[in-house]
Amino acid sequence: MHNNDSPFRVLIGKPGLDGHDRGAKFIARALRDDGFEVIYTGIRRTPEEIVAAAIQEDVAAIGLSSLSGAHLRLFPAVVEALRKAGVNDIAVLGGGVIPEEDIRQLKEAGIAEVFTPGTPLEVILEAFRNACRQHREIHQP
Amino acid sequence: MRNDLNALLEGLHNRDARSIARAISLVENDHEAAEVILTSLDQQNVRSSQVLGITGSPGVGKSTLTSSLVRHLRSQGKRVGIVAVDPSSSITGGALLGDRVRMMGHALDSDVVVRSMATRGRLGGLCAAAGAAVRIMAASGCSPVIIETVGVGQSEMDIIRLADLTLMVLAPGLGDEIQAMKAGILEVADLLVVNKTDCVGAETLSMDLEAALRGRKNACQSRVFKTVATTGQGIDELAIAIDELDAICRSSGEHDRRRHSSLELEIVDWAVELLKPRLLAELQETAYPAEPRQTARKLLARLCPLMIDT
Repeated sequence: MHNNDSPFRVLIGKPGLDGHDRGAKFIARALRDDGFEVIYTGIRRTPEEIVAAAIQEDVAAIGLSSLSGAHLRLFPAVVEALRKAGVNDIAVLGGGVIPEEDIRQLKEAGIAEVFTPGTPLEVILEAFRNACRQHREIHQP
Repeated sequence: MRNDLNALLEGLHNRDARSIARAISLVENDHEAAEVILTSLDQQNVRSSQVLGITGSPGVGKSTLTSSLVRHLRSQGKRVGIVAVDPSSSITGGALLGDRVRMMGHALDSDVVVRSMATRGRLGGLCAAAGAAVRIMAASGCSPVIIETVGVGQSEMDIIRLADLTLMVLAPGLGDEIQAMKAGILEVADLLVVNKTDCVGAETLSMDLEAALRGRKNACQSRVFKTVATTGQGIDELAIAIDELDAICRSSGEHDRRRHSSLELEIVDWAVELLKPRLLAELQETAYPAEPRQTARKLLARLCPLMIDT
């Protein structure tokens, strides 16, 4: 019936011990203002907690934020936790203070998109929309 | 799709977290599989489970109290479901669902099933969606299933009617007893909880409420429960009172009466929800210069000729 115009659902989380949540909250609000349903987990979550929440909430994508420099360890850990849970249809996107040379490595580890402080907001929103559209194609043929 | 659906039903039967989550989405989005999902649920579990409503103003500590209560219930080995309802923006349709922040302590516990749900600006339909989520969780062995919602606005108050028992949470510093005496606040609640009792003003608030409750029919209902949700203080007592009152309601027939009326509410909500797209489609076809009420009656007469004696 009207299942194709139901809002996209995404989860925004902060893995690791980094407590700087300004970026994560900014993105969560921007997504909300773009019509997304955003589940926010708060700071200091383990990759496994984030994945368990994403599964229960049936989100199409997970957005991770890291400003502490631990992204090379934590972002792939979320991808790995998804794999362990047998999930292959939830995209992982990440953002934060991430050096150019780390981006390729993150993408190779399965992070769909990586955003840095210079990324325009619209690019980020479009990346989330894309991830959600793909998820919808898989589940609502 | 057929195979997917069978796998989903199998998963629901096995209490698989992904299947439960997927099923709630399909029903919430009114997917064509909704009916098969809902009719295949374990009705015995749905009937026997306890449905609790937790409501109160923003910031009184509903999510923290829920989390604290869940910790207690888990220590008793109960599998718990939580449907956390937050408002959608009426402008963009988006929502920030933040109740999980207070509940992440249970994130890795597969016997704590949490689902955040946005009101999606639905006039109706919210009870239908929330009711279905409660049913899906209850069928998977969750008891209690807790519906947590901000107690403002008609649709949120309606959701509370889905519950067998309702806890109203208040906190000091949010207005005097006149606020609490306003229609709807005390009368909707079976149990009153003053949270943040370690804060200034809690004693006065509790006394005012106790005065307002004098003359209520049974002991649990005329008490004010005092909690500090962040530390767990007062939670055990509250949990005992919930079970006592639940037992009283079940033996007096009140439980069945409430289930019956919440079922009616859900059915009407679904009917309106299912009718809405048809009405909108019909409206596209029709020239409607007339007065809205009259047009509405004509529309209904065309769609459901049995219903209207025009």
